[in-house]
Amino acid sequence: MTLPKIPLGDWVDTFVDFLQVQLEPLFDLIRDGIGGFVEFIVWILSSVPAAILIILFTALMLWVSKWTNAVFTAVGLLLIYNLGYWDGTIDTLALVLTSVVISIIIGVPIGIWISQNDTARNIITPILDFMQTMPAFVYLIPAILFFGIGMVPGIIASVIFAMPPTIRLTNLGIRQVPEDLIEAANAFGSTTKQKLFKVQLPLATPTIMAGVNQSVMLSLSMVVIASLVGAPGLGADVYRAVTQIKVGIGFEAGLAIVILAIVLDRISQNIGMKKQK
Amino acid sequence: MSDAKIEVRNVTKVFGKSPQQGVKMLNEGLSKKQILEKTGMTVGVNKASFEVRSGEIFVIMGLSGSGKSTLVRMFNRLIDPTDGQVLIDGQDIVKMKPNELREVRRSKISMVFQRFALFPHRTVLSNTEYGLEIKGSDRKQQREKALEALKLVGLEGYENSYPSELSGGMQQRVGLARALANDPDVLLMDEAFSALDPLIRKDMQNELLELQEKMEKTIIFITHDLDEALRIGDRIALMKDGSIVQVGTPEEILMNPANDYVERFVEDVDLSKVLTAAHVMKRPEKILADRGLRVALQIMKDAGISSLYIVDKKQKLVGAITAQDAADALKKNQKIEDIMIRDLQTVTPDTLISEMFEQVATASLPVAVIDEEERLKGIIVRGAILAALAGDDIQLNGNEVK
Ligand SMILES: Nc1ncnc2c1ncn2[C@@H]1O[C@H](COP(=O)(O)OP(=O)(O)OP(=O)(O)O)[C@@H](O)[C@H]1O
Ligand SMILES: [Mg+2]
Repeated sequence: MTLPKIPLGDWVDTFVDFLQVQLEPLFDLIRDGIGGFVEFIVWILSSVPAAILIILFTALMLWVSKWTNAVFTAVGLLLIYNLGYWDGTIDTLALVLTSVVISIIIGVPIGIWISQNDTARNIITPILDFMQTMPAFVYLIPAILFFGIGMVPGIIASVIFAMPPTIRLTNLGIRQVPEDLIEAANAFGSTTKQKLFKVQLPLATPTIMAGVNQSVMLSLSMVVIASLVGAPGLGADVYRAVTQIKVGIGFEAGLAIVILAIVLDRISQNIGMKKQK
Repeated sequence: MSDAKIEVRNVTKVFGKSPQQGVKMLNEGLSKKQILEKTGMTVGVNKASFEVRSGEIFVIMGLSGSGKSTLVRMFNRLIDPTDGQVLIDGQDIVKMKPNELREVRRSKISMVFQRFALFPHRTVLSNTEYGLEIKGSDRKQQREKALEALKLVGLEGYENSYPSELSGGMQQRVGLARALANDPDVLLMDEAFSALDPLIRKDMQNELLELQEKMEKTIIFITHDLDEALRIGDRIALMKDGSIVQVGTPEEILMNPANDYVERFVEDVDLSKVLTAAHVMKRPEKILADRGLRVALQIMKDAGISSLYIVDKKQKLVGAITAQDAADALKKNQKIEDIMIRDLQTVTPDTLISEMFEQVATASLPVAVIDEEERLKGIIVRGAILAALAGDDIQLNGNEVK
């Protein structure tokens, strides 16, 4: 006996077609907004001379972290420049920054919301699980359909993949605030908002920053995948090296990504701690 | 002093799936234990009724799990009662809408917590300002009031420290300052001193009593420590399994325990650390100096005593004479002033018995009890102390302490 196949794929296609038509103005708006933002960042980063940018990054690292990390930053970025991957690095940096900024703008409020509301949490948590376990490639398809090719669909796919930790850890951070501090805030007659901004969020900041740090790393891990839909940057260099079987270039571009990853990781990890003190 | 600031009427709290059913079962006469076995619900507080008077320190005492924290949290509705009323200045807290309740919490009731519950990301000063900040009062005024509160608890100079940099005792002072900065009528203190080590704890108790003399707040103080309750409580409520077992002054609780439970609770108490001179003193026989020796001798003879205290017109103690000296002096034609013993052992009415053992034991005359203006209020004879320590309440003077 053969059961007919459930046409799940067809349904999804129909649904996506429907959205594509109905929400076109919205998607255009999003594309223009995000596109403009990325271009702005790229413009800023590339109008500053590389040397100054390297100095700025090193100084930032020195401020938030140990001097060894600052040395690593200086040497690593100089190496990238020397190997000729500076422009690719700037594109990638812009992609990652934009994804992370969007993740924070959307993720932190959602995290706050589900920390206050158990029903919302019970609905959102499985969606987050889904977002993170679905192979990231799959997001490229609707991203292309709705946003064409280029940087923007790459960013959208990155955001979907990278946002969950920010949401999860915002929720966790707020829920972890000790019960007696919440009691104290209530006992003095705080409104929900006062409690949130004066007690819960400040105390949750290190945890939220840990989530942001994870989002940074996840969106960086998306750069090669994003290059499949035409996002420029180091990911595109790696992708090209793979398709053309150029081991040397692949290694160089890969190394540049690793250096960028370490730098961004150390910075985003330590900014949270710094703020706490 | 006697008007009720807070009235607790039949307040019940049941934790669990269907609290109302728990209340019904309590009304049917089931016990906390039976309800737990049958339904898995916990009775936190069981029909508590009592009054707290304006300006008193009301101590709620009981073993761990007896419902003290639950009860006190229903005063500001950190926990919502399942049943009953809590009236503060005649207003029922339980019926208040969220904004009314917030207003009461902001202006009328403050709380001090067992584990301090200071905000770790705020400095001492900004912790203290929290309540005022929430109220949205004027910035400058906030700072002034907070500094004043910090001064009151002796924390000047620590404004910019973080709580984690302070010792436990100092942290709890911050907790107290934060509560006082709002200038509330009512202070709820849930085991506020329990996390402190014994010496610091005693200091804090004394300081609280001193502060209270200036402030005259209505204080609800939770403790599981009987000594603490007796030291600071004007009145004490004893809880067991969520019920109030007895409410009374420290003396009443000690001398007339309502039942076996209270009796067992208090049996190890060292009475000498609770009873004061005012409890055990006797009415003094006294005479004005200018009445003369003859009258003095007559008074001693009539009262069957061997010594007599001399006071001036304002009842101020000036000395004492013994019957023997008086008789000798009369023969020699001397006056009272000539034979008067001026160097007398004295105590104040609130001196604890434990603090005057030595004086009483070594003095040749009964120890005189005098007030701040040195007026003679009573005398202490050894027998009265022994009788009081034996728990003989007939010997005790009524509520003469403060
Ligand atoms: N949120 C809650 N949910 C369920 N049961 C609770 C809750 N809070 C308190 N209880 C129960 O209510 C009873 C009274 O607890 P409460 O904390 O008021 O006691 P306590 O006298 O303050 O004890 P302790 O001296 O240990 O602080 C206990 O049996 C406790 O287990
Ligand atoms: Mg408790």
